[in-house]
Amino acid sequence: MPLVDDRGFHGDRWRHIADDEALPETGDVIVSQGRIAEALARPCGRVGTELGPDGDPEALVPHFGDLALIAVTFRSFADGRGFSLARRLRALGFTGELRAAGHVICDQYPYLRACGFDHAEISTDLAKRQPEAYWLQAAKSITLGYQRGMARSTSIFDGRHPAERRLTA
Amino acid sequence: MYRYDDFDERFVRERVAQFRGQVERRLSGALTEDEFKPLRLMNGLYLQLHAYMLRVAIPYGMLSSHQMRQLAMIADRWDRGYGHFTTRQNIQYNWPQLKDVPDILEALADVEMHAIQTSGNCIRNVTSDPFAGVAADEIEDPRPTAEMLRQWSSLHPEFSFLPRKFKIAITGSPNDRAATRVHDIGLRMVRDADGNPGFEVMVGGGQGRTPMIAKVLRDFVPKQQLIAYLEATMRVYNLHGRRDNKFKARIKILVHELGIEEFTRQVEAEFAAMDLPAVSPDPAEWARIEEAFTPPTYAALPEVSPLFVRAYETIPEFAAWADINLMPHKAQGYAGVTVSLKPIGGIPGDATSDQMRILADAADRFGFGQLRVAHEQNIVLPDVPVNDLPALWRMLAAAGLDTPNRGLITDIIACPGLDYCSLATARSIPIAQSISERFADLKRQREIGPLAIKISGCINACGHHHVGHIGVLGLEKHGQEYYQITLGGTPEGDAAVGVNAGPGLAAEQVPEAIERLVDHYLNERLDGETFLKTYRRLGHDAFKGALYAAG
Ligand code: SF4
Repeated sequence: MPLVDDRGFHGDRWRHIADDEALPETGDVIVSQGRIAEALARPCGRVGTELGPDGDPEALVPHFGDLALIAVTFRSFADGRGFSLARRLRALGFTGELRAAGHVICDQYPYLRACGFDHAEISTDLAKRQPEAYWLQAAKSITLGYQRGMARSTSIFDGRHPAERRLTA
Repeated sequence: MYRYDDFDERFVRERVAQFRGQVERRLSGALTEDEFKPLRLMNGLYLQLHAYMLRVAIPYGMLSSHQMRQLAMIADRWDRGYGHFTTRQNIQYNWPQLKDVPDILEALADVEMHAIQTSGNCIRNVTSDPFAGVAADEIEDPRPTAEMLRQWSSLHPEFSFLPRKFKIAITGSPNDRAATRVHDIGLRMVRDADGNPGFEVMVGGGQGRTPMIAKVLRDFVPKQQLIAYLEATMRVYNLHGRRDNKFKARIKILVHELGIEEFTRQVEAEFAAMDLPAVSPDPAEWARIEEAFTPPTYAALPEVSPLFVRAYETIPEFAAWADINLMPHKAQGYAGVTVSLKPIGGIPGDATSDQMRILADAADRFGFGQLRVAHEQNIVLPDVPVNDLPALWRMLAAAGLDTPNRGLITDIIACPGLDYCSLATARSIPIAQSISERFADLKRQREIGPLAIKISGCINACGHHHVGHIGVLGLEKHGQEYYQITLGGTPEGDAAVGVNAGPGLAAEQVPEAIERLVDHYLNERLDGETFLKTYRRLGHDAFKGALYAAG
């Protein structure tokens, strides 16, 4: 399924491996949390896992060093738990790639980025309805938001007081 | 008053452009109606019974005369020449066309206004005391904090797809005129032992089908840490609030199901893990916003105004209005004025574009160009020299804006109900009108004293019926509208949810039933006792008996 990030649409190098599916010897795979160790034991290829809307980010902390990617799933674009899960994962120190998977729409893209996601994985159908140009436009729809401490470079609150920022930085 | 800087300006302009694009994409089919719905709601756009309805934010109820004139212009150009002020200090337009909405938003941006988050499952427009900054009983002006919250909550990346809507109210006074205890979060200004300002944070209040009085989450949060503390609270709610059932999705249900102790524990754990300096706005930003609320330069006025006294002694209508519609002001020689939008037999909260312009002119002439919207659906002129009150009153009277009924039985709160609202089960406006007409006699109204009637057209309780001294809830069965009466509610300090009195009444029975309640109160009251006090002393059953007495 298509991936979308700040530069536009891309193919996906990662493969989702279902629990009843054999792991490929090589290549980057996204597996359920129970199969992380198994996937790491392969000779090569990176490992990622999924975190559902009910998932517990703390449970992934011991794996942070091994995981190159966490895919936080959105059951529906209106279910905003993934935004808080992403912020928690980043606050807990996860520095790998964060993916929003499931149903998210282009209007949410700037929110996803601000909460710490790197990209979104969208359905082919959605990619047809909302082509690349929409996402690129949505990404720059609001130049600066107010909130501080987000994963974006700066905020209105910071922009207003550049001197103070340098002092406390 | 807070003025937009370049950052705010760019933010709302970009937001308008974004919405214009969303409307175009909806019309082209790139957005499904399902996907468009939350986006339009977050811009205040509802689909109602007959048309779209646009709800415009009036943050913490503050308006300049310039903004009020623009609201009038919008009513004339894109609506039918009037607007409706709501219990959440917003204004609603009932007849805009979808294609015009981006232009309306642009016209709002021209006067530093917007419709951001007046609807949808996000943090709604923050409400406050209409007398904030001028009330004599205030600890500190809550408006800088309210403005800070407006900015912080605007398009919050994490909290725009919450389980359900989220309402915050804030007061700076121990006498709560903002109904903070029936909000998802209520903030009450307090000082700690060293005199530092902060807030008591209350959580889980609300109306709707499960009315609840908020519980104390923390008795003191320093002002500087408030944003971080709210983020912690919102995160716990966003992650754990129920999403399986729309009717159980408000934070009050989460607090109720977890218990306030467990909920508090989770919030405190989240807060403890937070990087406070990274999240909190700078002290310099607080100072910048606070400066915007520097009080106007009040003239040194004498305590007594001969002009006022003369008018008071010679014009009984003026004297009645002055007795009823004024509030003590912290500056000598000034008064806070309530302009009632509840003329006898009128639609509560409605104002025509001409009335809006007259209010704007009155504010310019007599009150530093400032206006407020009260959650009781009235307009407030916060700073009027007592000396100018007779002239102001004449100006208002000429426009039908001089109704002397603040806090009296005809100062009825009513939601739009079945006349406009797609969720309604019954009409509420005609009920308000018939009660108002029945109690039109001012002498009688004054004899009855403070009595709050609040009417909702369905269980969602936008008309605040749960916290009316007398609440009226419109319902429907087999195509028949009927009305349930609740008694003893109040949103103030000792907040209470009204108790249902029993079987519903037909629309035409409601005024008479209320008459019986009032008569019972007048017969039974002790000296100086209000309706609510008598109700509390005699108990529910005594009034219930009166309500259903032969009739
Ligand atoms: S209480 Fe019901 S009828 Fe009245 S405005 Fe709210 S949703 Fe509509």
